[in-house]
Amino acid sequence: MTGLVLENLSMRFDLPNGTSVQALKDVSLDLAAGELLSVLGPSGCGKTTLLNIVAGFLAPTEGRVLLNGHAVTGPAAERGMVFQQGALFEWMDVRANVSFGPRMAGKRERDWGAHVDHLLDVVGLREFKEKAVYELSGGMQQRVALARCLANDPDVILMDEPLGALDALTREKMQSLVLKLWKETGKTIILITHSVEEALLLGERLLVMAPRPGRIHKEYRLPFADLGVGEDLRAVKKHPDFAATREEILGMIWNMEEEIMGRTEAAQ
Amino acid sequence: MIVFLIYIAIFVASFLLVKLLVHRSTRDFTARKTVTFGDESAVRPNRVAGVVSVLTIFLLWGAFTGSKWVPGVLHAPGPFIGDATFTYTAEAEGVAPDDATVTIRVFPVGEEVTAPEVAPGEGWAKNDADTVGAWRSGLVRVDRNDDHGRDQGHRVVAVNGTPIAPGGEVMTAFGRVGMSPKGTLNFEPSKGLQMEPIWLPPPEAVLARLREIAREGYRDSTLWEHLGWSLFRVIAGFFFGALIGIPLGYAMGLSDWFRGWFDPIVEFMRPVPPLALIPLVIIWAGIGEPGKIILLFLAALWIMAIAARAGVSGVKISKVHAAYSLGASKWQIMRHVIIPNSLPDIFTGARVAMGVCWGTVVAAELVAAEKGAGMMIMVASKFQLTDIVIMGIILIGVIGFGIDILMRLAEKALVPWKGRG
Repeated sequence: MTGLVLENLSMRFDLPNGTSVQALKDVSLDLAAGELLSVLGPSGCGKTTLLNIVAGFLAPTEGRVLLNGHAVTGPAAERGMVFQQGALFEWMDVRANVSFGPRMAGKRERDWGAHVDHLLDVVGLREFKEKAVYELSGGMQQRVALARCLANDPDVILMDEPLGALDALTREKMQSLVLKLWKETGKTIILITHSVEEALLLGERLLVMAPRPGRIHKEYRLPFADLGVGEDLRAVKKHPDFAATREEILGMIWNMEEEIMGRTEAAQ
Repeated sequence: MIVFLIYIAIFVASFLLVKLLVHRSTRDFTARKTVTFGDESAVRPNRVAGVVSVLTIFLLWGAFTGSKWVPGVLHAPGPFIGDATFTYTAEAEGVAPDDATVTIRVFPVGEEVTAPEVAPGEGWAKNDADTVGAWRSGLVRVDRNDDHGRDQGHRVVAVNGTPIAPGGEVMTAFGRVGMSPKGTLNFEPSKGLQMEPIWLPPPEAVLARLREIAREGYRDSTLWEHLGWSLFRVIAGFFFGALIGIPLGYAMGLSDWFRGWFDPIVEFMRPVPPLALIPLVIIWAGIGEPGKIILLFLAALWIMAIAARAGVSGVKISKVHAAYSLGASKWQIMRHVIIPNSLPDIFTGARVAMGVCWGTVVAAELVAAEKGAGMMIMVASKFQLTDIVIMGIILIGVIGFGIDILMRLAEKALVPWKGRG
């Protein structure tokens, strides 16, 4: 059986002062191979915790993660991760960054060279492959991070707000790139974002999470990611359902935030 | 005080002059800024100020030591050199007071001179002649050649017509004439404002000494041997300090047991100045090479350990996570992420450690050594060879500066990503 299964994940952090925080409660999810899931929610709803558990950086207090039928016990090359920023290795040039995974696996350059150069072409960094990564702009750095992840050929790609630090224009271009890479490679992708628009554009499935305890609030199945593969993203945004869904989700998150504020005030 | 005021005057005058003469070149970006005050990035060292600053120091040094490199008009007033004269009036029992002249030849110290020839003159008080070195003073026994000596109540009552008593003094055009409690005259030629070479030699004397020592050596070793030994000790001590300190710092950054075990030791040893360890190291290891290298090892060890620890702790967790999710093993993460990430911190530590070691080696050589830059200036100071002391200080400063420049160049070449993550 292929795909990613999350079974009743719960995560509780015990704080030094004796209290504890329930970051995730009873989260279950079934993700078929090749699905693109975006996760949205107010801060503190446990989205990053969820991603860290799937990546294997955190062990859940309850429940388990299954990938293609076997349980996840730690980080591995089958689950690649793209971070918001600052996760590139400055002491390597662009090509060395992208080929990091294959090189660590002990492969020879003749095995990975063509693939890495192809990926550099796809993300448009062919001329920059000898450059130091700190000489690149923020958008180019994130393209290196994407290529580095793909070079390792993972089954699942986990993205933790990969476009969060980019300006609006660069962000839009990168969104198209993510969709293109998703269609071309057929990878399973989980993308965490703060932007409702980005979640709608890039999520074949969209998960809205609620905080305290972190849980799944509502799930959508959306047509926009498939539309966006062939079309200009700005045209997709004009789709009548797009605005309606965006308003619905914004309202939902707004209510959650209000509730948190209310609870905090009541506690005081 | 005068030197300080002149220094301030040159500072202000050159500032005004340069601002007046040099229009700001509008080539760089900073010149386009309308707001520069308070913007630290707009402050670059002014090249002209740097050059004038160095020249001013040499100018003041030359002017107040009577250097040949500084034009005579710029010299501060020098000491009196030449023949000084004054008259004294003496009294004795049973005779009328009589006048006589004293001629004193004031000569630059180091020259051989004889007292000027003078005629005895008339009256019972005879004219005197003597020699005194510049910046020195000398007792003048004017009664010795007079017809009525001290046994006949000879006493000096006036100098140049001005009354004088034991403990008193009279200022003349050539200097001060004082009288000791016993009534003997004491001539002190005016010193001017220049420094005597035994306190501060002129720059050319220091250069000449440098040439001489570079050619002939000092205390059975050439100059290069002295400096080479100091450098060798620094490099050996730093090498061993880094050899032990860097792995120790890594272990402290990666293992809680190592961290707990060595934290109290490192945190205790870090604020102890290496100089405070010199007595103990001498007791334990003697004053030979091992003692000095152990001292420098101890000076470098803690700095390098702390730098390596900071380098490991400073690695961003997202980099480590990224490497893990790309399939790297622990060893590969150590080799390809943690070590390269810590190199900038280690280089910063190495620069600090080299500076501290250089200072410590000079201090250790001041205490006891047979060769070395510190030993050279210490021995020279015992013989009041101020020129060697100043030469040594300048060489020590130049070498220390050179070490730092080399470390910075190495840093630029080897860890270009420093501060760019």
